[in-house]
Amino acid sequence: MNDIHISIKRKSYHDLPDVSATIADLDLTLSAGEFVCLVGPSGCGKTTLLNIIAGIDKDYVGAITMTQHTALKIGYVFQNPRLLPWCTVRKNIELVLTDPVNGQDIDDLLADMQLTQVQDEYPERLSLGMARRVAIIRAFAINPALLLMDEPFVSLDAATARQVRTLLLKLWQHRPHTVLLVTHDLRDAIALADKLIFLSANPMQVIMQIPVPIARADREDEALIEAFRQQLKSECSALMTYL
Amino acid sequence: MKQWHNLLPVLSILVLLGIWQVSADNLNSPALPTPNAVATVFWTAVQSGQLPYHLGMTLVRLLVSFTIAMLLGCSIGIVLGRYQRINAFFDQWLIVFLNIPALVTIILCYVWFGLVESAAILAVVINKLPNVIVILREGARSLDQDLLEMARCFNFSKRKTLVYVIWPQLHPFVMTAVRSGLALTWKIILVVELLGRSNGIGYQLHVFFQLFDVASIMAYTLAFVVMIQLIELVFLKPLDRKSLTWRR
Repeated sequence: MNDIHISIKRKSYHDLPDVSATIADLDLTLSAGEFVCLVGPSGCGKTTLLNIIAGIDKDYVGAITMTQHTALKIGYVFQNPRLLPWCTVRKNIELVLTDPVNGQDIDDLLADMQLTQVQDEYPERLSLGMARRVAIIRAFAINPALLLMDEPFVSLDAATARQVRTLLLKLWQHRPHTVLLVTHDLRDAIALADKLIFLSANPMQVIMQIPVPIARADREDEALIEAFRQQLKSECSALMTYL
Repeated sequence: MKQWHNLLPVLSILVLLGIWQVSADNLNSPALPTPNAVATVFWTAVQSGQLPYHLGMTLVRLLVSFTIAMLLGCSIGIVLGRYQRINAFFDQWLIVFLNIPALVTIILCYVWFGLVESAAILAVVINKLPNVIVILREGARSLDQDLLEMARCFNFSKRKTLVYVIWPQLHPFVMTAVRSGLALTWKIILVVELLGRSNGIGYQLHVFFQLFDVASIMAYTLAFVVMIQLIELVFLKPLDRKSLTWRR
């Protein structure tokens, strides 16, 4: 019903036909409410794929099918926070809302991310970790039908990353929506996703789609996650390079 | 120490006045009147209403031509900065207009449209416009693509994108255009008035030149310099400060 179909025949940054494509013949389906992690080598075009899905990049051959409602409610957490430096933290979040601002929602999100104290600060005065959390709140604030996240844990220290991960899951369970998260850290991916999608580079294609069999309640258990990682490693030699 | 620092501008002005006084005393010529003589002339001109009237006329011309040049220049500059094809076409025009001497534009405007107010304003606008366009074009070219994408992705309306994403990035460029524009415009206006108007500071300077009245020339010049400084202090400095609050 609200599934999202992604079918990209060809995406290339060059007009020449003989230059290899960044993405070729990529087909993906995201079920409504599913948490999907994309895992692939750096530079393989994951960000390009997210930009195409977000509608920022229209220069490709193929089609992205989703409902109008979904298309208008895409939250995107970019690799860099991309906050407006001349607006306060709170203003940055309020700006993405079209309806009269529901202050309570923003208050709750700020409190969840422990950013209440800095809501009147300008982004340049925040640490990168804080700015990332603001960017995550901004994406959540619109109540997204589809949430795109590009390496949201990069350059966060381990403790903050864990905290953001927990919050992400909490918010996702609180308001169900489809999530497409790009990461290069398989442990993060196993801890979060319903389904892992492994990608290859040059051109980017789907190698394998693997559901994560660990129950949501057990995702905090590092040993289980590590065990599944080892299992993937031994069973799928094709994935060796990513593990 | 800090107080001494605050006194520095005052001290520098006093030194300048001192040098002027000493030179005028030594020369003892009508070509360089003393500060005191200039002040007397200035006060008389203020009391007679002559100076406020001519100063007012020049300021009105400044305001009108400056506003037109800024509005037009900003719009054209942004379009040229955003659309490469249009820019490739109009770039040559811009180079031509940048290099036409102010005097030529003024003379041609008067020849073509007569010695009327609109011709005077038009001449000033044409002189100032290319300058604004070039500065704003640079600003529009350097807009942060990442932020524009963010705005598109979160479905910002056109108005929201302009007010919150584009304008803050252009603000420093607009301020540069305003500053350089103000200085350029009023100098051109004086020439415009000298050549074809019957009021304004430029016209008065012309009259005083023919009468060899150096004291009046200096009095009118000082009045105008002070006026421009006031604009800087009252309008531009606060705008600068406002735009800097978000920086580290």
